[in-house]
Parts: sequence; C-alpha cells; structure tokens
Amino acid sequence: MPLSTSSNFARPDDAFRAIVEAHRGLTDEQSADLDAALVLILANHIGDIDVLSEAIALASRRMIAADQQQQQQQQ
Amino acid sequence: MAQAETQARNQTKTQFGYRRHADQDRTGADIAVHQVIVVGAGPVGLSLAIDLAQRGQDVLLLDDADRIGEGSRAICFSKRSLEFWDRLGVGDRMVDKGVVWSVGRIFHGDQQLYQFNLLPEQGHKRPAFINLQQFYAEAYLVDRVEQLPSISLRWRNKVVALEQRNDGVALTIDTPDGHYLVRAAYVIACDGARSSLRRMVGAEFSGQVFEDQFLIADVKMTAEFPTERWFWFDPPFHAGRSALLHKQPDDIWRIDLQLNRYADPAVEKQPENVRPRIARMLGHDKFEFEWISLYKFQCRRMDRFIHGRVIFAGDAAHQVSPFGARGANSGLEDAENLAWKLDRVLRGQSPEMLLESYHVERSAAADENIRESTRSTDFMAPNSHQEARLRKAVLSLAKETEFGKRMVNGGRLSVPSIYESPLSTPDGQDWRGGPRPGTSMPDAPIAAQSGHAMFLTDAFIGQGTRFTLLEFGNGASVAAPEGLGAIRIGGQDGFVDRDGLATARYDAEPGTAYLLRPDGYVTARFRHPTRGALEAALARAVGLNGRLS
Repeated sequence: MPLSTSSNFARPDDAFRAIVEAHRGLTDEQSADLDAALVLILANHIGDIDVLSEAIALASRRMIAADQQQQQQQQ
Repeated sequence: MAQAETQARNQTKTQFGYRRHADQDRTGADIAVHQVIVVGAGPVGLSLAIDLAQRGQDVLLLDDADRIGEGSRAICFSKRSLEFWDRLGVGDRMVDKGVVWSVGRIFHGDQQLYQFNLLPEQGHKRPAFINLQQFYAEAYLVDRVEQLPSISLRWRNKVVALEQRNDGVALTIDTPDGHYLVRAAYVIACDGARSSLRRMVGAEFSGQVFEDQFLIADVKMTAEFPTERWFWFDPPFHAGRSALLHKQPDDIWRIDLQLNRYADPAVEKQPENVRPRIARMLGHDKFEFEWISLYKFQCRRMDRFIHGRVIFAGDAAHQVSPFGARGANSGLEDAENLAWKLDRVLRGQSPEMLLESYHVERSAAADENIRESTRSTDFMAPNSHQEARLRKAVLSLAKETEFGKRMVNGGRLSVPSIYESPLSTPDGQDWRGGPRPGTSMPDAPIAAQSGHAMFLTDAFIGQGTRFTLLEFGNGASVAAPEGLGAIRIGGQDGFVDRDGLATARYDAEPGTAYLLRPDGYVTARFRHPTRGALEAALARAVGLNGRLS
C-alpha cells in the first residue's frame, strides 16, 4: 500500500488544530519531545516500513527545498 | 588479577609448553607440506581444527602464545554454538560448567521496562545461551584437540611471513628455536581482530569506529541475583549511562558500564576508581576483582573473506560491538560453515568454487551482525540531541505500550544466520512453516525405537554430520543418493516423535523430506521428493552445478 497523500480527514482543520493545541504552552524542547513521541506512535500505528519510508522521503524533501532556498538567497 | 588462582582451583590447564617439531629441521625442497594450516588457537581456530580433523583431515594448528588468553573476554555462547560443539564432542563439558540462561530484563532508572525469554518453548537439547569464561571454552577445546592425533597443535609458533602460490601458501614461522618454513594447500586465518595475516595479504579492514568507552569488570562475589541478563538505561547507580550485569561460573559476575566519551582510560581502569561505582551498583563492596578491562570498539569487516589460498574467519574477518554476543558466536558459525566445504574441496569432491559460498554466506552474516550491533550501540549511546530525544521517547513509551518495549534496544542477541545462498534449492511446494532452505535445523525431542529419549540434533550427529535426508512418515520410498545419511521420523522403524514437536517444527506431512547440509543447515525440502530432485539439490549444495561461478 503506497503512502496516501489525498485528504483523509473529513474535517482536516480539526486534525491540524488538535496537533497545534497539543503544543500550546510548551517550550521548544518540550515540543520536540512531544513530536518525537507522536512520530513513534503514529509510525507504529501505520506499521508498514515502506509507507514509513515514503513518508520520511516526502518530509525530507522539505529539508532539500529549504537548503536550496537558502543557497539562492546567499547568491 | 585473580584469574590464575581461579583457573588453578578448577584445575584447568591454560599454560602449554613449546615443543620442537621435526618440520623445523626441514629446509629447501624438503620443507613440510600440509593440507591445511589454521593460524590462531582461539575458540574459532580450535573448533575449526577439530571439525576438519573429525572429517579426516590432517591439520596444523599454530598459535603465537604458549597459553590460553587472559581474562574472561567472550562469555555468552549461543544455542547454535553449543549445537556445533556437540558435534565436536565438547558440548556437555561446556554446558555442565556454564551458567544456563534464557531470560533478560531491561530496566530504565529503577523500574523494570520489560523482560524477554530467548527460548520460551520446551523440547530443545540446548538452552538459548550459556555464560562461560572464554578461557574455559578454549581449555576444553584444547583437551579435545589433544585426543585427535591428526591435529598438530604448536604453541609459540608465530607466522612472520606469507607467500601466496598458485597451488598454496608458504609460511615462515618464528619459534624460540628460530625460523622454519612450511607450505600448505590452504591457510585459515583465525588470528583475531589484530590479525597479522590480514596485514600480510594486504587486505583493508575498515568500518565504523565508536567513540564511547565501556568498562568491563568481572567481580567475584556470592549474590542472590537470578541467572538472567540485566540491562539498565540510566540506572540510579550510574546516572545517564547504561549498565549490564551477567552471571558466570565460579561466582563471577560480568559488569559492563558505559563511560564518558572523554574519560581517561588509565584513570578509569584503576581498581580504586572502579570499586565505588560497582559498590553503588551492588549496594555493598563485598567483592573482589577478577579482571578489569576498558574498551572501545569498531564495527568492520573485510571486503573479501578469501584471499587466494588464505581464508579468514572470526574476528580476523569481522568485528562487532559486544552487545548481542555476536563476536565469538559468529566466528564459530564461520568455522562450522567452512569446515565441511574445505574438506570436500581438499578431497576433490567439490570444485574450489564451493569455498566462494563461504564468503557469500558468512559475509552476509557479518553484515547482519554489524547492522544489529551498530543499532544497539547507537541506541545505548545516541549520536545527537535528536537521537537522544527519540530514545527518550521510546523509553518513556515502553512504560505504557508494547510497541515501545519492542523498540528498546539493549542488545539483540545472536541468533543463527539465515543464508540467501546459491547452494540452496528454492522451495517448490507450499509450506505453512518449518525451516526454509538456508535456515539451521530446529531441534526437537524424539525417541529411538527402544524408547531411549534423545533429540533430533543427536540423531544428526549419529549420522556422522554429513549430508543427511530427514524424512517423515513412511518416507518417500525413494532410494536416496549414495553416501547420504538418513533420519526417519515416524513410520514402522523410524524415530518416535515424542511430543509431535518434530512434525510441527518441520511442517511435516507423510512423505516430507528435508535435505540437511553437514553443518546442520537445511539446503532443500520436498513434500514428495523424487530421486532426480534430490540429486539436483545435492549437486547444487556441493557446488557441482555451476551456480557459484
């Protein structure tokens, strides 16, 4: 089963909001801890190493994009 | 250290004399020519020499020292290693002396996260592991060597030069009486992590260096801890680091403490500095030191285990971190894998290319051992803030969730390698279970017709540890190819499957047959074998059908 990137939530705003609210009032350090736990919990729920790898690749493309943007700004 | 005392108390012979050999008087065209020379009389070299000798080969075994190595070093020997040692006739001695265990516990702080059992089922001759000081294992192997006249074991014989020829190797050996020369068809280098033969063939040995330092202390004390493997993350007695406690024979306990990356080894090793740490761990200071060692480690392997007529095995070929008992055990798996292949090649029964399968199978096993032990090490000593954060999340989730417990990595212990091998015949029928080709044979309790209770591994030894057909029910009534051993379970005159476990573990139906290699690995299996299918599988398993080239 490939990674699903179509919209899966009936109310996507609720999902985004739930994650945002979980971070409310946390320091950056606490937020990072929360994210780490959340990633592990969700990864286990998916339980498919291929889907996880695709998700990691999709997320990692943001790092590459950010690098390129930084380089362009420096030029 | 008190090791010499312990050894003396147990009357274990660990010191051996140099003896001049007639080979040393031979020069020029007259120098001695041996079939096999094994270099290094550690657990791997000794076991390999015994296996070869039992198969009828003459073996010259050289060691540069005159005594068995200092300290306990390797202590955990796996079920697979014990089954190999059973075939060599030393299994009982190892198990009788060793501390049997199968349960491990993982703690975080002062709280137990989980426990695991490495052999939760009954009906196996050997336990998941024994703990035994390496010097005992070596001493028992040397005793066995001394019963085998076809092994010439020469202490204080140090290889100082090596020359590859088309049909063999010439070695220059240094002794207290000076140098002498010998030739051999094959040289097997079992001379350890700092292998001088590896340097002599000019092989690279690269990999990952770990900066973390660990302190091993073997302490003598009487204690009521159970015979289990206990591993702590961030224990109260050693804040922020990891610790391991493990029992050995003679009331010796192995303690392994992770140290600061920047700790000064000379200072850390001083008994007066080690003592308070361990007293904090044990809650008392009624113990004596048996051995203290500080180590860093590397995970690396040779690109090729075979260099011309020199073949590398054990630590000489690959090194792993100690967490997982994958060092000595994987070296012993090398030995059992190589012995039967080399025997066949020396007899001209198989082409030299059969040896290539040793490299294929065992280098893949080394990769797996390196991967597993590197992951364990990275979990114990995270390399970045984010790695540490993820580990913290896992340890914390482990308190509440099953998946968290499964992600906690305090060492993944050695299990027999599974080979994706050119020697294996792929399954042609449907199987619901049982060992697939490339897997080591599972044990099971059986009984002889007389009612005598035994194990499947005993029956395999009874067939002379050669290629053996394991059949179920009344058998396939196919005439097996000549020279094959035969074990039949069930039927009129077969062994009795005492608890139905052999049938279950081999997913067997009447007519099912497994073809076992001389090292106890499954190489092919059939629901109803034909003579032609068996012959083809056997030809493939001995390298006679060209699949290796």
